[in-house]
Amino acid sequence: MTDTTEKAAVKTTTGAASTAPSPAPAPRGTRVWRGVTPWLFLIAPLALLITFTYAPVANMLAYSLTDWDGVSPELRYIGAENYAEIFTREDLFRVFFVSGYYLVASAVQIVAALYFATILSFNVRFRNFFKGVLFFPYLINGVAIGFVFLYFFQDGGTLDSVLNLFGVESDRAWLGTPVSANTSLAGVSVWRYLGLNFVLFLGAIQSIPGELYEAAELDGANRWHQFRHIIAPGIKPVLTLTVILSISGSLSVFEVPYIMTGGATGTETFVIQTVNLAFRFGKTGLASAAAVVLLLIILLVTWIQRRLVPDDKVDLV
Amino acid sequence: MNRRHILAMVAGAALLVPGCTGTGGTSKGADAEAPTDPAKVTGTIKVLTVRTDLIQDGTLKRYAAEFSKAYPKVKVEFEGLTDYEAEVKIRMNTKNYGDVLLIPAVVKKSDYPKFFASLGTQEERAKKYRFTDYTTVDGKVYGQSPNGVSPGFIYNKRIWKEAGVTEWPTTPAEFIADLKAIKAKTDAIPYYTNFAAGWTLSGWTSVNGSVHCDPKATDKLAEGDPWAKGADLRVGDTLLHDMVKAGLIEKDPTTSNWEESKPRTAKGEIATQWLGTWAIVQFQDAAKKAGVNPDDIGFMPFPAQTGSTFCATISPDYNQGVNVHSQHKAAARAWIDWFTDKSTYAQDNLAISPLKGAPLPDVLKPYEEAGVKFIEVDDTKGAQVKNVDNQSEVGIYAPEYRQNLVDLARGARDGSLEAFFADLSKRWTETQRTAGS
Repeated sequence: MTDTTEKAAVKTTTGAASTAPSPAPAPRGTRVWRGVTPWLFLIAPLALLITFTYAPVANMLAYSLTDWDGVSPELRYIGAENYAEIFTREDLFRVFFVSGYYLVASAVQIVAALYFATILSFNVRFRNFFKGVLFFPYLINGVAIGFVFLYFFQDGGTLDSVLNLFGVESDRAWLGTPVSANTSLAGVSVWRYLGLNFVLFLGAIQSIPGELYEAAELDGANRWHQFRHIIAPGIKPVLTLTVILSISGSLSVFEVPYIMTGGATGTETFVIQTVNLAFRFGKTGLASAAAVVLLLIILLVTWIQRRLVPDDKVDLV
Repeated sequence: MNRRHILAMVAGAALLVPGCTGTGGTSKGADAEAPTDPAKVTGTIKVLTVRTDLIQDGTLKRYAAEFSKAYPKVKVEFEGLTDYEAEVKIRMNTKNYGDVLLIPAVVKKSDYPKFFASLGTQEERAKKYRFTDYTTVDGKVYGQSPNGVSPGFIYNKRIWKEAGVTEWPTTPAEFIADLKAIKAKTDAIPYYTNFAAGWTLSGWTSVNGSVHCDPKATDKLAEGDPWAKGADLRVGDTLLHDMVKAGLIEKDPTTSNWEESKPRTAKGEIATQWLGTWAIVQFQDAAKKAGVNPDDIGFMPFPAQTGSTFCATISPDYNQGVNVHSQHKAAARAWIDWFTDKSTYAQDNLAISPLKGAPLPDVLKPYEEAGVKFIEVDDTKGAQVKNVDNQSEVGIYAPEYRQNLVDLARGARDGSLEAFFADLSKRWTETQRTAGS
């Protein structure tokens, strides 16, 4: 993608140069000014990026080498001790099993999003309405979602009442056991992020030229064939991106379980554990190291994925 | 290409600069002396508080108006923080954390002199006030709680009576038997864990001291094994476990709702909850709002007797301290003194006054009649206990371990109670050895 944009950019500049009568090269001052201008435009975004993204990360790296408790004005440099502790305590990694639930949920989510995106990209009645319905949950604040679903899963709450309407007498604590709690929470997360995946897929599908479908139909391809041979290969880059986002998201699940259960009943994720280390037990140094480790794990997973599924160019025609 | 490399290097170097944090170099050991002439104290002070409700209904403003009659040149402003601990903790990395604030639990006791101005020596203050040892570092006191609380069971008197129980249970076994009677004879939930809120479960740690009527209970946490047979925490935790195991709690603890539990207790849908004296006012208010009799809200001590008397521990609520960086230390000190001695805050909250010898609030009349003995647990080793707690990640002041205990009791977690306690004991005593004093 970058290649084509670069080429396009080159084309336009050369085009401009050929049409405009360009006499002698601009004076030195103007040239310097021209070189500086893009950077001037970049000052604001770069300042924001550095202040709010890279400086805190650098700070976190620094804290991860200390025994800071989060408040005390005194902090001691202890080198890699925190990292040593993380890698020697297997209980800190056990929480990654919980991510398994969210990984499975991501798979369900991607398939569902793909299904809805495909259907709604064809001519369906009330199609904009359904698009809105599907995307809506993504617009709601995560904290609000947590509270809404607490009522939803409550004993005699919304879910139980709805099931009652259909004659299913449900008498179970949805958040009661680790398996049911994690499944419920993963369900909430599917509900929440389905809309985002859906919109990404829909956008990609709609960028596929319409003639292709017409041609395919003339050749006698049904909807499944169209999906299999036009849509699926056409949105492959977006699909890979979504898979990467889903996996890194599953490894760093936080707000839904934190608000709804606080990590109780075996729903603790790695990030909740990190937050507890930092804020409950005053081990900010160790927690920073844990955050760095999570960052590295996610980078590694992404890198492996990119190696396995290289980002080849889409060429439908 | 080359230019880009240089740029990346410069940017990289710039990123490393803020790696050194700007903490350290704070002033230390300042005193906030009590002003001698009220008319001469001037300044505007900011008081940080958790009681956002009292800001909204104007109660704090009324106290401030009362205060300015005595100190006409001092202006008091309040700032309510809903997530107090987390917000103040971050602000304490700067110098700007109000003039008067509640000392957050997260601050290490040994760091008090770096953050707060001293209010005087313990020797001198302990003559007049309770709870001084909770904030004493090297003989100097750094905070004063405006009220004291005592842990206990909030219960609905009507329901307990309907179940045929008129006397307070004196042993955990009797307590369980009474809850069973409630379950059999009434529609009420015998005990409500408030599992989801979390802090309601960590409150069970305050059982410590009342089981064996031991003012040195905190020392035992610091040096002994809190889950040894017969130890206070083990007695409390076993009671909690047994209640859950016997099915005497709400059907689905994971979705329990604290705000809802107040009116439900007042109305008699819930019979009992382990909280503290501070909660009585809130439950009575809930009763008034729900249109039921607030006098149904009762309060009882932990079911354990030493020499046929109940024991109740008294401990301070948040301690108020003066910011060591405050520009108006005299005014801040004046506010703390006035708020502790002259305001009606403790009475208004039906709390135990921090002044020695002050009468008990009316709600504790049944305690006086039953001859409940009040003890103040010595907190000299409190900092050590907290250190062991943090290092071992057991979290006796955090909800996780009791949530795990409840999960264990209701079968959502594998294992035996014996093994659960053994694991806690092991982690705790091992950390005691390594963390030391």
